[in-house]
Order: sequence, then structure tokens, then C-alpha cells
Amino acid sequence: MIAIIDYNAGNLTSVSRALFHIGVENIITSDASQIAAADRIIFPGVGAAGAAMASLVRLGLDTAIRQAVADGKPVLGICLGTQIILETSRENQAECLGIIAGSVRAFSESFQEKGITGLKIPHMGWNRITLKTDHPVFAGLSPDDEFYFVHGYYPQPADAGQTIATTDYGIAFPSVIGKNNLVATQFHPEKSGAPGLTLLKNFSNWKPC
Amino acid sequence: MLSKRIIPCLDVREGRTTKGIKFKDNIDIGDPVEMARVYYEAGADEIVFYDITASHERRDIMIDVVRKVAETIFIPFSVGGGIRTLADMRDVLLAGAEKVSVNSAAVLNPEIISQGADAFGSQCIVLGMDVKQVGVREKIPSGYEIVINGGRTYMGIDALEWAVRAQDLGAGEICLNSIDADGTTNGYELSLTRLISSHVDIPVIASGGAGRPEHIRDVLTHGKADAALIASMVHYGTYTIPDIKSFLSENGVKIRAIW
Repeated sequence: MIAIIDYNAGNLTSVSRALFHIGVENIITSDASQIAAADRIIFPGVGAAGAAMASLVRLGLDTAIRQAVADGKPVLGICLGTQIILETSRENQAECLGIIAGSVRAFSESFQEKGITGLKIPHMGWNRITLKTDHPVFAGLSPDDEFYFVHGYYPQPADAGQTIATTDYGIAFPSVIGKNNLVATQFHPEKSGAPGLTLLKNFSNWKPC
Repeated sequence: MLSKRIIPCLDVREGRTTKGIKFKDNIDIGDPVEMARVYYEAGADEIVFYDITASHERRDIMIDVVRKVAETIFIPFSVGGGIRTLADMRDVLLAGAEKVSVNSAAVLNPEIISQGADAFGSQCIVLGMDVKQVGVREKIPSGYEIVINGGRTYMGIDALEWAVRAQDLGAGEICLNSIDADGTTNGYELSLTRLISSHVDIPVIASGGAGRPEHIRDVLTHGKADAALIASMVHYGTYTIPDIKSFLSENGVKIRAIW
């Protein structure tokens, strides 16, 4: 059973529907005991980092997520869920979970620093990823597969070894991050057609060493 | 590099599409869920549903369509038409749409944009704009005016000023429809699209006038659009989405080539 963590950060039914479509049982829950009982965790979310962190803490789910990662359960972060895994976010200057060292940066600031103009923010639409290393969750995918993104901020792990894949949008930003039993995508696998469903299927069978 | 998006638009009235897909064997499909599935499998990057059900009381039919679409396709889709309140937005989003599009309701009450963005996030809120070229005058410095009621009512609002204001209010994307070009199949309104897209930071979907793949190429290059809305050219089977994408790819437009 996969538990999809519900912390009032957007509509989570699309993740659940995509999993049911590929025959994977799942529940949407904000109950820490159900999260503790689940084999795998998906930590999605859309919206703003500040409000999302406040919700997580209020519901006591920050502890539940840290525990799941510490227990070695497969954990998949998606979009805002991915960003919140880092230590801090430029969005609302939010303090985040700190499961991965690093910060969440704003495209607007990175583009300004590098003198990049003419790119729309948010980064909205389909883009490729370049894997830095083979990863079981990306098995069977082609370098030409594209995934659906919509975000104005991006994750920047402090340790380059925790960037699993990058995507080019003016800069090469980390689009998949993770370590050990944790993998987290900036894009939305549940909205990325066949490649996204492949990724979710891989995650549902993933046995991290 | 980000791909340009190709977005079929389906008009839906009381749960049925008003223009069915005519395939080579000339079978007409009027079920929006089935059409969405066909376009999803053919490589559409996103789908737009436009609810033209006349009666606000019958909106529950559309919500049911949205729910079924969300169980069938795994790409983003948006719903517009008749969205007037925050509650309308919530219904559509909870039923499984990624985005809602507001048009005349936002012209009459711009705060709906900021309320929607605060409640659901900017990425959910698409501003639909219907625009007519009227010539430059004091109140309309760009020469393009906002219209509602299918182009019958002129609002005295400059299209460029409205686009910038909507962005400031929190719209995450603009769907820009030229009433002049709409239905002509003679091509998008390139000057209008270029004007709006180069003056806002959010993505712009060009709408109105698509008849041939060349039109789509032109609006995604000269017109600076981030995405192109298409309707009759695919609904009537004149072109398929793979036809269009192959043409764009051969012409150097970055698109999502496999799906």
C-alpha cells in the first residue's frame, strides 16, 4: 500500500488516479499511523512553500515523513513535496524539512544573476531530463521522454551527488534529487503521460538497497 | 529545452462535444471523454475543455465529464466557460482538472483572479482573453480591445493593459483568443500574440485561426506563443496531432516528439 500524504497542498487525486490506473493500491491520508503502516510514501503538493510547511507541522506530518525516510521506506517527492525536502526555500523564506541539505532557489533570481532574459516564469510545460546516474525508478525510460513541469522555484542540493537528473531551462537545474530510499521529482509524473506512469510503476516496485 | 505545447480545444454542451472527431471512416464521436482519450494517445500536450452549456444549473454535467476525463488521461487539462465564482473553480479543480480558465467573469470582476490564485495557486488560473482589433485610440493604446459575449460587447479595456494587470493579479497563464481570426482557418493573429507574449512573463497560449500546420509554426516562432490551441483542423480529421508535430519538428520548432 502506498500512502499519499495529504497536507492541504493542492488536489492529490490525480496522483491517486494515476496509481489506480496502473493497478497500484493507494490511500490519500493525513493520518500519521496510516503513513507509518504504509510500505511506500508519496509526498506531492502544489502551492506555496510557507503555507505547505505550516500545514505539515500543524498536522504532525513533518515527523511522519522524516521517520519514513529514516526507516528506509521508498519515498517519492513530487513538485512542492520535492522542494520541501530541502532545508530552506526562497519562496516565503520558508524553513523546510532539511532531509536533503540545500535550498530552493527562484528562477527569477537565477536568471537575473546570469543575465538570462526572455524565458517565461513559471517553467510550464514538457521538458526532458538528463540522468546523472542510473536509477531504478527511471528504468525503461528514454532520454527523449519528456515530463510535465510547472514551477517558479527549483531544488538545489548542497551535495551535487544528490542531484539525480537535471533539466535545461536557461540553466541546467536539478529536476530529480534524492538519496538512498528517497527520490524526488520537480515534474509531475502523474501528468506526464506514459513515461510518468512508467516512473510511478517503477517506484511502486522499487526496492532500495 | 522546454517544448512548445499543442493543445486541442473541445467545446462541450451538456456533456457532448459540439464538433465530433471525424475519422477517416467518418465515424463521429461526440463523447468528450473518448475524444480526450484519442487526443491523449495521439500526443496532445494538454487539453482544453470549453463548457458552453447555456444553463448554469446544468454545470454538474460538466463536472461529471471532468471527473471521467481525469480517470482517463494523464496529462494536464483545463476547463473554461461559465466559471464565475471561487466555488465554480473549486468544483472543477476537485473533479480533477489542472487549471481553470476565467474570461468574462474576470473582466467584470478582476478580483476573481487574485482570489483564485490565493486559494488554489497561480498555476491553476488561466486568464482567457477575447480580443478584437479596433485601431489605436486614447483608451485603447495597443489598438486591441477586450470583448465579451462572443465578441458582441466591447468593454473599453485595452488588451495589453488587461494582460499585464491579470498577470499582476496572479494569473498563471493567458489563453489569448483573437475574435477576428477565430473560425477563419487563415492563421493566428500574429501581431496580437507577439505583442501580448513579449510584454508578460507568464506563458501565452495562442487561440483562433489555426487551419494549417504552417499557422502553428508561425505563431510559435514569429508570434512568440508558448502553446497553440487547435480545434477544427484536428476535429475534422484534416490533420492529426502527429502530422502537426512532425511538421513543426522538421521546421525547427521544439516539440514533445514521443509519448
